[in-house]
Amino acid sequence: MRAFTKHKGVAAPMDRANVDTDLIIPKQFLKSIKRSGFGPNLFDELRYLDEGQPGQDHSKRPINPDFPLNHPRYQGASVLLARKNFGCGSSREHAPWALDGHGFRAIIAPSFADIFFNNCFKNGLLPIVLEEEIVDQLFTEMYAEEGYELVVDLEEQVVIKPNGETLAFEVDAFRKHCLLNGLDDIGLTLEDADDIRAYEAKRREQAPWLFDAVK
Amino acid sequence: MGHPQNKKQTLYDKLWQDHLVKSRDDGTALIYIDRHLIHEVTSPQAFEGLRLAGRKPWRTDSVVATPDHNVPSHVEERAGGIEGIVDEVSRIQVKTLNENCEDFGIVEFGINDPGQGIVHVIGPETGATLPGMTVVCGDSHTSTHGALGALAHGIGTSEVEHVMATQCLIQKKMKNMLVRVDGELGPGVTAKDVVLAIIGKIGTAGGTGYAIEFGGSAIRSLSMEGRMTVCNMAIEAGARAGMVAVDDVTLEYVKGKPYAPKGEMWELAVANWSRLHSDDGAHFDAVVELKAEEIEPQVSWGTSPEMVVPVSALVPSPADENDATKKAGIERALEYMGLEAGQKITDIALDRVFIGSCTNSRIEDLRAAAAVAKGRKKADSVKQVLVVPGSQAVKAQAEKEGLDKVFIEAGFEWREPSCSMCLAMNADKLGAGEHCASTSNRNFEGRQGYGGRTHLVSPSMAAAAAIAGHFVDVREMQEAA
Ligand code: SF4
Repeated sequence: MRAFTKHKGVAAPMDRANVDTDLIIPKQFLKSIKRSGFGPNLFDELRYLDEGQPGQDHSKRPINPDFPLNHPRYQGASVLLARKNFGCGSSREHAPWALDGHGFRAIIAPSFADIFFNNCFKNGLLPIVLEEEIVDQLFTEMYAEEGYELVVDLEEQVVIKPNGETLAFEVDAFRKHCLLNGLDDIGLTLEDADDIRAYEAKRREQAPWLFDAVK
Repeated sequence: MGHPQNKKQTLYDKLWQDHLVKSRDDGTALIYIDRHLIHEVTSPQAFEGLRLAGRKPWRTDSVVATPDHNVPSHVEERAGGIEGIVDEVSRIQVKTLNENCEDFGIVEFGINDPGQGIVHVIGPETGATLPGMTVVCGDSHTSTHGALGALAHGIGTSEVEHVMATQCLIQKKMKNMLVRVDGELGPGVTAKDVVLAIIGKIGTAGGTGYAIEFGGSAIRSLSMEGRMTVCNMAIEAGARAGMVAVDDVTLEYVKGKPYAPKGEMWELAVANWSRLHSDDGAHFDAVVELKAEEIEPQVSWGTSPEMVVPVSALVPSPADENDATKKAGIERALEYMGLEAGQKITDIALDRVFIGSCTNSRIEDLRAAAAVAKGRKKADSVKQVLVVPGSQAVKAQAEKEGLDKVFIEAGFEWREPSCSMCLAMNADKLGAGEHCASTSNRNFEGRQGYGGRTHLVSPSMAAAAAIAGHFVDVREMQEAA
C-alpha cells in the first residue's frame, strides 16, 4: 500500500450531507474486475450530464458546468471537504478507489460512515474527522479563496491552514502506523498466525459444527 | 480488553468475546471469522490480491460463494447460464467468480444451481449462517444474518482478501445500542415498516459506531424472516451490525437446514446457543424505544432511507426544518423526486413496482404480496411490476404454492433469483423520472436506474400500489378483501 505521511493540496468541496457510495461511484462501473480505472467515473451522475457506461471515452461526454469539481479552480484538487455521514450506504471499496483514482489523498468531514472510513485506510486515503463548526469554517474559507490549500500532516496529526493555523485530529494508532509506513495488514496479521491457529483449535473443540459443514 | 466473566454482557459483548483471537495494545483486536460469503462484485480484486502475493485461503470450508448482483432476472436470458448473459462486462465478472472458486477450491452455488440466490437469502436458508457465528461478506447488508443471533457485518474488498488470507478481521469493538420495540403491531404493519420507522426516528447515521440489538416484544413476535428484514436495514441506520437474541423461533427456524448441525451435534449447538442473549441489566451505550402500536405502514419520499413517513402523512416541507444542512437536503430531495412539499403520499403515482431484494424476497414476503394481488389486476398506468424471488429455493416454494400464477394473473412479471432492480446492475432498471414502489433498502439518487425515483415500502404495500397505481394504505385493501 502507498504510504501517507504529509500531503499538501488544493481543497475542493462536496457540499452535501449523507453522500452515499452509490453517488461516489454508480453501480454500472462495479462490473470491473480491476482495482483501478475508476477515477473518471467519480461522482459520475453529478459530473456529467449524460448516463455513463463502462468502457466509454469520458473525454467526449457532456460535462455538468454546475458541479464544483468541474470548475477550473478545483482542478488538481487532492483534499476533499465533505459534510456529515460521508460514504454511507454500500460497502463498495470502489468508492475509495474512485476518489484515489481522481487524485484525492485526504477527505475532511464532520463524520464518516463506518465501512467507508475503514476502506479508505486500506487504500492510502486518509479520512479526517473534524468538528462540524471547523469544517464549516474550512468550507467558508475555501469558497472565499481560489487555490485554497491545506497541508495534512499524519505524523503530527494536524491539518494546517494557509494562515498557519493548525487543526488537530484523532487517528487510531494502528491505522496511523500502517498508513505512515504503507504496510500491508495481511502480512502483519500473519505474524500472529500461531495465535490464530491456537484459537481455531480451541474453537473446533467447542463448536465442531462450524467446521467442514460446507464442502 | 474483554469483560471479566462475572460482568453482565450484551449479546454483542458475548459474540465479540467468543471470537476474540487477540487484543492489541492500540485498542484493535483480531476477530476470528466463522463464515465468509462472497459474490461476484466485491471479490475479484481480492482473489487477484491473493494471487499477486502468492497467498492461499486460510480455510476454504468457511467460504460460500454465489453470483447475485448482476445475473439476469429475465427467464430466457437466464436459461443460457453464464454464457447466456448478454452484457459482456457482467458475463466476465460472473465467470471470474466461477474461475476463482474453482482455482481456490471454494464451494459456489453457480448461476442456475438450485442453491443459488441473493447471498443474504441463501445463508440462513441453507444453514450456512448459524447462531453464534461471525459472518462477513463484501456487502453492507450482511447485517441480515444477525437475525440468527450472529455477529454479521459488511466489509470492503481489502478486508475480503484479509479474511481469506488470515480467517480474521482487524476490528475495534463497537458500542452497544438497544432498539426496543414493545407492544403489538397492528394488522397490515410488517417488519419492513418497523425498520423504516426506526430509521426515520434515529436517522441514517444514528447507529454509526454501534452494533444494534433489536429487542422488545414486537421484535420477539416477528418470524425469523421478519427479523432478517429488520437486521438487513441496520446499515441504513448507520450500524454495520444488527442482531436479535436467540430464542425458540430461531431454533425452530435453523433446525433441519441442510448445513445446520444434526443429531448429537445439534444438541451441543443448542446448549451453546442458549446463552446468546443480553444478560438482564447489561449495559447499553444507547437505548431507543418505539411503541409498536404507533407504527403505521411506511413510505419513503426522499433520497435517503431516513426520509420516510407513514402512508397517511404528507410529503414534508423544508420550511419546517431549522437545520440548514437538513433543509438543503429536503429541498434537493424534493427536486430530485419531483414532489411538492405538502403533497399527500397517497397521491404519488407509480410507474414501476419492484418486489424483491435481500430485504424482502423471502417466501413470507412473496406470500404477503400475493395475498394483496390475488384476484386483482395491476393498474394500467403502471408499466411494470417485477417480482424477483430471493433464491432458487424461494422460487421453487412459491411455485409450489402457486404464487407465481397469482402474480402473473395480476399482470406482474415472475423472474429469476437475483438482486435485480435493487441496484439495477442487470437489465432491470428505472427510466429517468420514473417513480417506483420498491421493497428494497436504498432510495439513493440513481440507485435503481439513472434518474430513477425510489420509494421504499413493504411487500404488501408495494403490491397494493401496483394495483391502485398510486400509494394506498394496504390496510384498506386488506379489510375489503
Ligand atoms: S439485493 Fe440489493 S442490497 Fe441486497 S445484496 Fe443485492 S444489491 Fe445488495
